[in-house]
Amino acid sequence: MASTLTEKILANASHQKEAVAGDFVVADVSYAMAHDSTAPLAIESFSKITDKVFDKDRVIIVFDHFFPAPTVAGATLHQKSRKFVMEQNISGFFTNGVCHQLLVENFVSPGDVVVGADSHTCTEGALGAFTTGLGSTDIGGVMATGKCWFRVPESLKFNLTGSTKKGVYAKDVILSIVGDVRADGALYRACEFTGDYVKDSTVASRLTLCNMAIEMGGKNGIIEADQKTLDFLGGRTGKIFKSDKDAAYNDEYEIEVEDIEPQVALPPVVDNVKPVSAVEGKQIDQAFLGTCTNGRLEDIEVATKILKGKKVARNVRLIVTPASQEIYFAALAKGYLQDLVEAGAAVCNPTCGPCVGRHGGVLAAGEVCISSQNRNFTGRMGDPSAEIILASPATVAASALAGKIVDPRDYL
Amino acid sequence: MKAWKFGDDINTDVITPGRYTVTTDKKRLGEIAFIEYRPEFGKNVKEGDIIVAGNNFGCGSSREHSPVAIKAAGISAVIAKSFARIFFRNSINIGLPLFVSEDADKIDDGDIVEIDFKTGEIRDKSKGITIKVKPLPDFMQKIVDKGGLVEFLRSDGYDNV
Repeated sequence: MASTLTEKILANASHQKEAVAGDFVVADVSYAMAHDSTAPLAIESFSKITDKVFDKDRVIIVFDHFFPAPTVAGATLHQKSRKFVMEQNISGFFTNGVCHQLLVENFVSPGDVVVGADSHTCTEGALGAFTTGLGSTDIGGVMATGKCWFRVPESLKFNLTGSTKKGVYAKDVILSIVGDVRADGALYRACEFTGDYVKDSTVASRLTLCNMAIEMGGKNGIIEADQKTLDFLGGRTGKIFKSDKDAAYNDEYEIEVEDIEPQVALPPVVDNVKPVSAVEGKQIDQAFLGTCTNGRLEDIEVATKILKGKKVARNVRLIVTPASQEIYFAALAKGYLQDLVEAGAAVCNPTCGPCVGRHGGVLAAGEVCISSQNRNFTGRMGDPSAEIILASPATVAASALAGKIVDPRDYL
Repeated sequence: MKAWKFGDDINTDVITPGRYTVTTDKKRLGEIAFIEYRPEFGKNVKEGDIIVAGNNFGCGSSREHSPVAIKAAGISAVIAKSFARIFFRNSINIGLPLFVSEDADKIDDGDIVEIDFKTGEIRDKSKGITIKVKPLPDFMQKIVDKGGLVEFLRSDGYDNV
């Protein structure tokens, strides 16, 4: 029977000839990840099941949601997770990047099944793996057993064709899709991105697309691995699966990306998407460039192009948080970080930054922040009356320069 | 038990804002449920009350703090038209009963509701109506019957599924 990429990976990992949407399977897990916010509850659940992780090299702990600890409460949670890391001799313990970026740089290979106690674990599917977010107890269970149950999801196909206009990026494409599909339009389903636009995209841009599958309710984002994927992986190989031509999809979206303008998502929900012209001229207080959505080198590069030799507007604070140490070093070597600091940016250590509102740039009452992140929920970044507007790195950088929301195409 | 009614797309940041979830203390989490979105909830919720909601309840983050907070606040069940999937798994895993019903929005805020947890029958006593719910898939019902994922894995686990 014809199968989708997601069905094939889940069949392989559960040692079955095939896995069909709707089936329940128990799959072997390649990697299980938890971060400083979700690991403590995962460890509590794990400890009730057993006292030894299934494989010390396949459990990954990352401190990225509040590192270095900004409060005693945060430090106490770190202490708890560190104790677990030491006791279990966990080899993959990191404090130098966003968990999803570290997973794609160091671990995930095509064909893997990867689970993380973070909803944006759908990001890693851009490497041709089945990757999904779970809660802490589920991850505690995987740490104990190395296995996880899944209901095999139906798939949605997003066929993206053509090329974007100048000043329009993968972030604009995925915001536009989320606006059309809505916050629950992909509920429980696999979001498979395909088409010549995806094939021509960098791995970084593919990660941006898959990152926001969860904002439509999707279970996983996934892109068939190709030569670009293998080049990105360096030495890692994995197993490449492809969707059959006549595989069954719940729905297929045909999207010509050339029609897409720079987009913004206005508060309080991610599917409240409008062209940037809808809010052009709106004054901002903070601009944030970073996160698992858009904290990669190409994102920092476009921001630098816009900001080099200029100064961020006086009413704006610009925060730049590279998604990993590898990206930080690459941006440093290219001189981008110096250019950004000279333009007035605060460049922070690689973490989630202020995206979750716990450290690194929280918002006061009534403030407006334009951000390259993926969520604009009420109260997420600080005071509940603050507004979060989502956009591409270029729109963030150009708006920081202007002091108000602008169309980045006038600044490139 | 009284119903607390919510709309569509109620996300984990409004259930448990990230700034308040730097803890694993269940009692504390119970105190912060909807702290900014609906401050009267924490003050007036009574043990056994229920939540009714529209589509995609619990969307957003994977944080288990959200269902833990709702359960610790005293909520005995959540009835919604649909749930976000991570929230759904988390609730089953920690033993917070969830019911999916197309008719969830027939129940209004403040209605007195009775649930038979064995049969899944939900009666809105204020309106004199009975709400139909979708049964859980067998696989998930096994986890619920054990009392959550930890208990499930401590007993037969995946050996007998």
